[in-house]
Amino acid sequence: MTATTNAPTSPTVLGRIGAAVAHQRVLAFASLIVLLAVFSLASPNFMQMSNMIAILQATSVNGVLAVAATLIIITGGIDLSLGTMMTFTAVIAGVVLTYAGLPLPLGVLAAIGAGAACGFCSGSFIARMKIPPFIATLGMMLILKGMSLIISGTRPIYFNDTPGFSDISRGSLIGEILPFAPIPNGVLILFLVAGAAAYVLQRTALGRYTFALGSNEEAVRLSGVNTIRWKIAIYSLAGAIVGIAGLLIASRLNSAQPALGLGYELEAIAAVVIGGTSLSGGRGSIMGSLIGALIMAVLTNGLRVLSVAQEWQTVVTGAIIILAVYADMLRRRRSN
Amino acid sequence: MLSRRTLLGALAISGLVASPLAAQEVYIPLISKGFQHQFWQAVKAGADQAASEAGVRITFEGPDNETMVDRQIDMLSAALANSPKAIGFAALDSQAAIPILRDAHESGIPIVAFDSGVDSDIPVTTATTDNVAAAALAADKMAEMIGGAGKVAVVAHDQTSRTGIDRRDGFLNRMEEAYPDVEVVTVQYGAGDQLQSTEVAKAILVANPDLKGMFGTNEGSAIGVVNAVRELGTEGLVVIGYDSGKAQKDAIREGLMSGAITQNPVGIGYETVMAAVKAINGETLPPIIDTGFYYYDATNIDDPKIQAVLYD
Repeated sequence: MTATTNAPTSPTVLGRIGAAVAHQRVLAFASLIVLLAVFSLASPNFMQMSNMIAILQATSVNGVLAVAATLIIITGGIDLSLGTMMTFTAVIAGVVLTYAGLPLPLGVLAAIGAGAACGFCSGSFIARMKIPPFIATLGMMLILKGMSLIISGTRPIYFNDTPGFSDISRGSLIGEILPFAPIPNGVLILFLVAGAAAYVLQRTALGRYTFALGSNEEAVRLSGVNTIRWKIAIYSLAGAIVGIAGLLIASRLNSAQPALGLGYELEAIAAVVIGGTSLSGGRGSIMGSLIGALIMAVLTNGLRVLSVAQEWQTVVTGAIIILAVYADMLRRRRSN
Repeated sequence: MLSRRTLLGALAISGLVASPLAAQEVYIPLISKGFQHQFWQAVKAGADQAASEAGVRITFEGPDNETMVDRQIDMLSAALANSPKAIGFAALDSQAAIPILRDAHESGIPIVAFDSGVDSDIPVTTATTDNVAAAALAADKMAEMIGGAGKVAVVAHDQTSRTGIDRRDGFLNRMEEAYPDVEVVTVQYGAGDQLQSTEVAKAILVANPDLKGMFGTNEGSAIGVVNAVRELGTEGLVVIGYDSGKAQKDAIREGLMSGAITQNPVGIGYETVMAAVKAINGETLPPIIDTGFYYYDATNIDDPKIQAVLYD
């Protein structure tokens, strides 16, 4: 099968799915604008450049994780190990840069490589050994949590000896050109990662198989495609992206925190779902997930700036997730 | 649909915002290490008391668990957006927040560290318990009760935080220096979670039937030890806990727990806000405000002095 032909669904069906996804994106984007408007009206302190940058900064790690989660969720899978895998890759960067004292590019490669290797393992458990994704990645989540603690010696690893490291996330290339908008590099990296992932999904064979596996894996397999290899490739790519998230969080904290990570996978999955990607697979977009991650960050930041009591912040966030998914269901039922 | 969401947003905001920002009020956000635990609620109570005495407005926030270092930094960013007069900050990591603290410092906002310090001279002062000395007191009490010899174990809350490290090492070092016949057979970690700590403590008890004592390094760890003793029906074990809370106080009254170290959480919150107010007024402060600790057991649990620092 060549890279350019044999998309497994007919053009009309693809077109309809495309339109539906685009529609949800518009809806999510409009919700984001509404949230920004409401918070701006409610507090004069919300709409400041420094606070907008804080929101983008808070989105960067969850956004990159959400991009990785989107790829996996479109195949109909799930990855519960995203959070601890991120920590694991950060710890690997710490070992390479701080313990071994190697130069910065090697640390970056090691983190991304470690992520890809973790993804390769998860993908193999799922595709080759036929372990359900929920279980396989639950296992990986625990393995990686433990390995992070073991490798780091249960201590945070600081990057004080690698001077350029904190610039990966905290420096600002944009700010050097546009001094009034010192948008941190972490945000730039998020958008680059999202752009690259969107390209892969929409323009490459790997992207088409990602959707096809989620729509009807059996049909893809019967048409002679090596589904095992493609699935492992997708999980490996997602793992590499998680490695980038690991670098971002380690750079932001100037340290690899081995105990951190649990719970981050659920926030990434929430962002994906708010962005209109279906948990049953076959449908979704990177752009939607990006907006989903932004919605979560705006909501959290806005409620904090308004000094809403923390108990209520959690309740409101939960309600928004349910509302967002319900809106998506309503719209889809109507379009059918 | 959009209108529905707008409505929800509007409801949330009109219903939940306690007081709109008044023009001249002094606003001091406290960014804590946690929020749900009774310990942090007691810190908050002390902070609220000081705020009403000093006539300032405070908010009190902390991440869901004590590993979420980046979430805490996001909270600091959001707090800075409201142009506070001072900030109270209990660092989850002693270095990670330094860049943002430096930003605040450069815009002239004094920072008061509480509970855990940061590796920097930015904070004007730190209101905290001397955890090493407090855990050493726990070691003294345990050695005294087991007759200065035998096997003991530690259930700690984590391996990476300052308090986790200080309490563990304070206990271990004191035992090693002062009580050569006491052997600490193991240190295990239960994340400060009652259930996890219970399982950890049960495993230790099963593995060491001749164990004489156990030390739980925070509220969740200590309650875990008590649960394990209760579930296994172990008798004669000396259990020493840390902090208070209703379950731990009941265990001391019932005799399941021999005693516990208590910090002064209400005092930590109170001193933090008062120090912030003094810093705003340009007064100089000592580098450390020691908020104190006490050992309490069935004999003094009802003393007014002890009662004042315990929480339910």
